[in-house]
Amino acid sequence: MANEGVNHGRRRFLTATTAVVGGAGVVAAAVPFIKTWLPSARAKTAGAPVTVDISKLEVGQMLVVGGNVPEWRGQPIWIIHRSDEQLAALPSQDPRLKDPKSENADQQPKYAQNAWRSFEQHKNIMVLVGICTHLGCSPKFHGELKPEPFDEQWKGGFFCPCHKSRFDMAGRVYDGVPAPTNLKVPPYKFADEHTLVIGVDPEGAA
Amino acid sequence: MANVIARAVAGVQDWVNYRAPGMMPAYRKHLSEYWAPKNFNLWYYFGSLALLVLVNQIVTGIFLTMQFKPSAAEAFASVEYIMRDVEWGWLVRYMHSTGASLFFIVVYLHMFRGLMYGSYQKPRELVWLLGMLIYLVLMAEAFMGYVLPWGQMSFWGAKVIISLFGAIPVVGDTLVEWIMGDYLPSDATLNRFFALHVVALPLVLLLLVVLHLFALHEVGSNNPDGVEIKKNKDASGKPLDGIAFHPYYTVKDLFGASFFMLIAAFIIFFEPTVGGLFLEPDNFLPADRLVTPAHIKPVWYYTPYYAMLRVVPSKLGGVCVMFGAIALLFFVPWLDKSKVKSVRYRGWLTKIMLALLAVCFVWLGKIGAGPGTDPVETQIGRVLTFLYFAFFITMPVWSKLDKTKPVPERVTMHD
Amino acid sequence: MTKLNLTKLGLAAVLALGAAAPALANEGGMPPANTKVGNIPAVQRGARLYFNYCIGCHSLKYMMYSRMADDLGLSEDQVRANLSVPGAKIGDYVRSTMPAEGAQAWFGKAPPDLSLEARAKGPDWIYNYLKSFYIDPARPVGWNNTVFPGASMPNVLWELQGVQHAEFAAAKPGEDARVEKLVLAQPGRQSAQEFDETARDITTFLQYVGEPAALQREKLGVWVVLYLAFFTLIAYALKKEFWKDVH
Repeated sequence: MANEGVNHGRRRFLTATTAVVGGAGVVAAAVPFIKTWLPSARAKTAGAPVTVDISKLEVGQMLVVGGNVPEWRGQPIWIIHRSDEQLAALPSQDPRLKDPKSENADQQPKYAQNAWRSFEQHKNIMVLVGICTHLGCSPKFHGELKPEPFDEQWKGGFFCPCHKSRFDMAGRVYDGVPAPTNLKVPPYKFADEHTLVIGVDPEGAA
Repeated sequence: MANVIARAVAGVQDWVNYRAPGMMPAYRKHLSEYWAPKNFNLWYYFGSLALLVLVNQIVTGIFLTMQFKPSAAEAFASVEYIMRDVEWGWLVRYMHSTGASLFFIVVYLHMFRGLMYGSYQKPRELVWLLGMLIYLVLMAEAFMGYVLPWGQMSFWGAKVIISLFGAIPVVGDTLVEWIMGDYLPSDATLNRFFALHVVALPLVLLLLVVLHLFALHEVGSNNPDGVEIKKNKDASGKPLDGIAFHPYYTVKDLFGASFFMLIAAFIIFFEPTVGGLFLEPDNFLPADRLVTPAHIKPVWYYTPYYAMLRVVPSKLGGVCVMFGAIALLFFVPWLDKSKVKSVRYRGWLTKIMLALLAVCFVWLGKIGAGPGTDPVETQIGRVLTFLYFAFFITMPVWSKLDKTKPVPERVTMHD
Repeated sequence: MTKLNLTKLGLAAVLALGAAAPALANEGGMPPANTKVGNIPAVQRGARLYFNYCIGCHSLKYMMYSRMADDLGLSEDQVRANLSVPGAKIGDYVRSTMPAEGAQAWFGKAPPDLSLEARAKGPDWIYNYLKSFYIDPARPVGWNNTVFPGASMPNVLWELQGVQHAEFAAAKPGEDARVEKLVLAQPGRQSAQEFDETARDITTFLQYVGEPAALQREKLGVWVVLYLAFFTLIAYALKKEFWKDVH
């Protein structure tokens, strides 16, 4: 086998070129396979936004339809018509909370990053994902402003029986409990005064 | 920077070599110092292409298995789900269905190469036998894969082929029920075919392919001239007509693979059904045990054997002829009495017989794909089946009788 | 004769067979439909016709409304208004309005789902089927069809096409009379040419429904083939360079 006169530079160049072009092809070919894992059209349909009628929701109540709360992407959605009294009590809880100003941007959309964690024009309507941010149990709704065994100065909110985490009437988590963050507020919008759509942001909002 | 990387790589290599000292010798034995004849021609691409297609089937198959539902109730709909609702699902499916047919094109050409150049002759009989086992397993694998979409052809093809086993005397009927797990192809059949197709047979196939390559590397590759390159070695023990498989054939096979993928891409993106040959129209109808399709026929790669089955008047006879046709291939190393391996140095008789075999096989395939009702065509089919069998059964005679030309000592470089 | 010639011959034969395969598949010798799935306006027209005339009996259970909207370049509202059944949501699959029990009772056989009809029968069959209905008082629904004799389907498009009568060839002894040709006895709202396009549009739509990915497939295919052709050239150059060593 004659090796004299081998242009090593040319060989290196051609090998490198082949490797680069081929490598690009392999990466491009891998993309469709990886994408097959994305939610399929059927999953996206099942995960589509949910429209909810709140015209019959009374003050102090959590919305229940046919014995169940509404669901979005497999998560229970709590829609509560808060009373003015409950809203007024919110600021008093700030010193007892881990994240009173909802600074953790992961837990609510921008339009819910305020004192009531809801829309300004619809302050009283609270929308939350009903899953404890500790380990995923479903906290219980304790709406009345009266002393509770777990909190003598209870001003309404949610108590999780699993590991005793507590959240106020805006879903904000208390100090001294295992849950690390406020309850999540899902993206939602008001289609009209009495209709919520859970799963989409209002047009033009973040 | 490059120096640091080079030293790091060398460090890792040393670490591995100390703990697995056999790896570098294995690399040398099978790649950088596997001396392959330097005169491989077009016909020698198909082995590596078969490996490429096997990898394709496994990868696309794995991704299909992630979405496919192996139950009679859901299978058909799940395939449409993959084609429509899963992102890029259609591409994965077409790559798999095209790959299945291309696998057989490649394998048939690969086998024909073996026949032409006498690659099955001593000392390579074991390579040939392992290859034949691969062929058998591949046919079973493809058959089961075709049943999975649970279309009309899946169901009725399964019914017909499985019922062939009923021709076996005494145990036939029980055997058929045992294979199906029911009195007709049903959910039980689909589910077990799924397990075999996805897990069991691919493992067997992989094992056989590894053994096939090991057996080959033990004795070294044949070549178009049928010259044993190990007979002429240089001072260091390297065959004079040999070149290192890596880099010469890795680089050549890379080119071959690229060209092959170009053809495959044409099919996948522009004509995935290939006029109904690769994906049959009847299989776009869900399986219906009460409606028999007008023409039940297997996919094109079985049609030559299907033709043989149909032209024999008796069911058991047809089954024996069909399986016999495949079984004969196993005996070729012992049927061929010629001292000369390659058709290049054999006479016109060998060339005619080989051409005849090819013509018979393809023509029988065309007959098998048709309705099988034309009596003239059936007669032709009988003649072709006879000729096919004659090729093998009379091989001891014509292979010895044929004139041979002197085989050179060294290989010739034709192209 | 050297091996090389046989090889080239064999390759030529295989390629010829491959080229002929699509032609071989066109059995029956019917006039071709000449549909182009990439013709989106035709698919839209066909969809509109389908939802006017066909959806009453035939579902398209593998077709999602939202997919139709995307592929046809229509908004959700347009689909809901023109290409939908009452009560369907954009994420639903296309179901016909006919209750399942009724179908069996009224037609003897439930009208089949047509999602894959174009893949199972081919566009030529569908196109010709739609044009081949004729009045037949002997049939329960009063219609028959030369492409699918004994079909249980009435000619839902008769208002557009008009009414065809069959002219029979003289019957051979022991055989039923064969239909020789179909004659338009009563004109419809459309001319022959217009109805031809109607049949073609519905066929094009069904061809799209059979394989929605076809639109994307061919577009992408051009790029993939170009890339592979380019890579093959580079790989060839690499091979040639290394094989300079081999004599």
